[in-house]
Amino acid sequence: MKKVRSNIEKRRLTGVSVIGLLSVLSFLFFGVISPGKDKTTFGFVLNNEWVLIKEWVISSATGAKIFSLIALVAAVLAVLAFRANRKIVIPAAIATFGILMSFITWVASGKFIPFTGLLQGALLLAVPLVFGSMSGLICERSGVINIAIEGQLLASAFVSGVVASLTHKTIWGLIAAPIAGAAISFLLATFAIKFSVDQVILGFVLNVLVIGLTDFLYKKLLVPYQSTWNTAPTFGHIELPILAKIPVLGPIFFSQSIVVYLMFVIVATITFALFKTKWGLRTRAIGEHPTAADTVGIDVNKLRFKNVIIAGLIAGVGGAYYTVGSVGAFGKEMTAGAGFIALAALIFGKWSPIGAVFAALLFGFADNLQSTLTIIGVSIPSEFMLMVPYIATIIAVTGLVGRVRAPAADGVPYLRGGAH
Amino acid sequence: MRNSLAKFLQAIKLPGLSFFMAFTLTGLIIAISDAKVIAKFSTPLEFIKSALAAVGNAYLALFQGAVFDVNLTKGHTFIHGFYPLSETIVIATPLMLTGLSVALAFKSGLFNIGAQGQFIFGAIGASYVGFHFHLPIGIHILAAALAGAFFAAIWGGIVGLLKARTGAHEVILTIMMNYIASYFILWILKTQSFLRPGRIDPIAPEVNQSARLPLLAGSNFRLNFGIFIALAAAVFVWWLLTKTTIGFKFRAVGANGQAAKTAGISVPFVITSTMMICGALAGLGGAVQVLGSEYALNADIAGSFGFDAITVALLGRAQPLGTVFAALLFGALHAGGRTMQSSTGVPLDIVLVTQALIVLFIAAPAFVRYIFRIKKMNTSASLTSKGWNG
Repeated sequence: MKKVRSNIEKRRLTGVSVIGLLSVLSFLFFGVISPGKDKTTFGFVLNNEWVLIKEWVISSATGAKIFSLIALVAAVLAVLAFRANRKIVIPAAIATFGILMSFITWVASGKFIPFTGLLQGALLLAVPLVFGSMSGLICERSGVINIAIEGQLLASAFVSGVVASLTHKTIWGLIAAPIAGAAISFLLATFAIKFSVDQVILGFVLNVLVIGLTDFLYKKLLVPYQSTWNTAPTFGHIELPILAKIPVLGPIFFSQSIVVYLMFVIVATITFALFKTKWGLRTRAIGEHPTAADTVGIDVNKLRFKNVIIAGLIAGVGGAYYTVGSVGAFGKEMTAGAGFIALAALIFGKWSPIGAVFAALLFGFADNLQSTLTIIGVSIPSEFMLMVPYIATIIAVTGLVGRVRAPAADGVPYLRGGAH
Repeated sequence: MRNSLAKFLQAIKLPGLSFFMAFTLTGLIIAISDAKVIAKFSTPLEFIKSALAAVGNAYLALFQGAVFDVNLTKGHTFIHGFYPLSETIVIATPLMLTGLSVALAFKSGLFNIGAQGQFIFGAIGASYVGFHFHLPIGIHILAAALAGAFFAAIWGGIVGLLKARTGAHEVILTIMMNYIASYFILWILKTQSFLRPGRIDPIAPEVNQSARLPLLAGSNFRLNFGIFIALAAAVFVWWLLTKTTIGFKFRAVGANGQAAKTAGISVPFVITSTMMICGALAGLGGAVQVLGSEYALNADIAGSFGFDAITVALLGRAQPLGTVFAALLFGALHAGGRTMQSSTGVPLDIVLVTQALIVLFIAAPAFVRYIFRIKKMNTSASLTSKGWNG
């Protein structure tokens, strides 16, 4: 008997098969046809953590073959899991990782890859993306499309930089940033919920507004009066005792600025709150079926308004990361499209908190791999590495990695007894 | 007669009030960010006077930079005073084309944020044909422009095809495609075939003389034939939408995709062909920018033409004629903004704020009604709100 598969399932199977094919190709290309002639060195020590392995040296060709084989095995497991109607996320992720490692081992032949540093940098680049995607997550799970993440990040980066410069205190910058994020959210919520403006257009316009305003004020105030307005201090690193000493993981996760620790807390809180609390149930309800939620007595628009504001607060912390969290001074359009990558991460992560975090980490990794390879002098056009998040998102939304579905009422204004 | 006047007033009420509010708010920002104005804060009358002066000067400079500047006629002919107006038109030309691209998509119920990427591919195509080949004068222009439109049509068509085949949302697809395009142009400018001989910075060779659009008002002005291409494109979009069967299908799908499908219209076909035509329009914008005013492809060729296009189309209510006027207005804001920046020190970027505010208010008729306590206002043809899944 032939099993009938839906279009989406067919595409998923195609996606899994493509991963399998890629691992075969990477075995052949990186390991057999055009193998690296030298040895590849992976470095694992970054700070003063305990040393388990300092370096790992492997012949580029052998390493590429090993990682490709791992990828191939994982891909086969993914196909088997698909046949058995089980989740394929984990084997598919391992397969992707294997192909990636095979590529790195091949491309860095004769070179040194600071592996721990690569991952740490990936995490740091992912920080604003995670905050941004959490902001998007809370909005969209409540049924309000948030394209204004970029605006929220930029506005709060600006405000936190300015406030920290004026007060000479990092903490005031960190406190002011969420307020700025919430201010953008207030505009988003007011126009989207109260005046039923198309939310995609609205988010777009808010971004332009924030870019225009911050560029204007940057040139008008921050450049001419730099010493008073744009010299924000930054948070130092806090090394957690013992934990920071763990090899590889320590420097990555436990020797960071307070903003990064806040990120861990916020992600954990959102994941718990969204799926285990009354607030979470209600939030998901108004995002999926607002009429039903209204029937059981939930004030849909009020909760949406509240959630959009919360989302702004969260994005605000991410904005603070740009200034007081890392470099201090505000730069013109310094978020450089991170809000859109955060949106991409949200979609790539299928509107789930953990998914979005992993997507953000993946995008951060691609970005950092690109700069690491440039630094160690590998001749691969960095532009193509920078395209990775966007191509990955297109692959995700076109269904090659499974069904991607937004909350059902996402972007639809709720009018009581209305047309919807 | 009186009836039609009342109708006209009714029609411009929303844009009029939106403009008024946007320029008032912008003026407020200009005033309170001016150190000289703030210094007079203690004396209210002086404060208001200096604030009005600051805003007045800024807006005067904006006008002088966008339409007519009497200072420019000194030592030149009277016509030279209109140099700013010619600049406005030069900036408005690619904006019209990209704006039409977004507007046409709106008519089919699609939100094309991808004009930026399509513009880039149009510019790349036109530039390559422009500098690489040697052709007779008219044919060269045609070939270069068509090459631009062709590449951009494919780039836009990919989005249409992906949406038609998989149902992925075009907003997400086009945002991603824009980034890919912007990295693609960075890369291609570094390749052998695009590097200008003797240069290592990312700039392509200038297009050959035979591929340049003719200048319309002598070599002192940048005004070129591109404006006629843009106007012709506007007429084409109007004709396509109102006089052809395919245009009817576009509008039917835009109005109600489900109903259109039931009526036997192939929605995937409409989506794909719309995005291809949209791509071609935006690509022509890129081609006109290269062949008419820039001549050499550079990494920043697209500026923000593709993004401004969205505000242009929204302001023009997705109508061809409205889009033409909206493009002229934003072209004027940009041209005038430069003069404002150089003569009064008000950064050009304030123009973005004005632009965003105008569109925000236009898109929110309920808000404008609420502010001015208007009971009834003609808000037809506003753009409908749809979700990710819609």
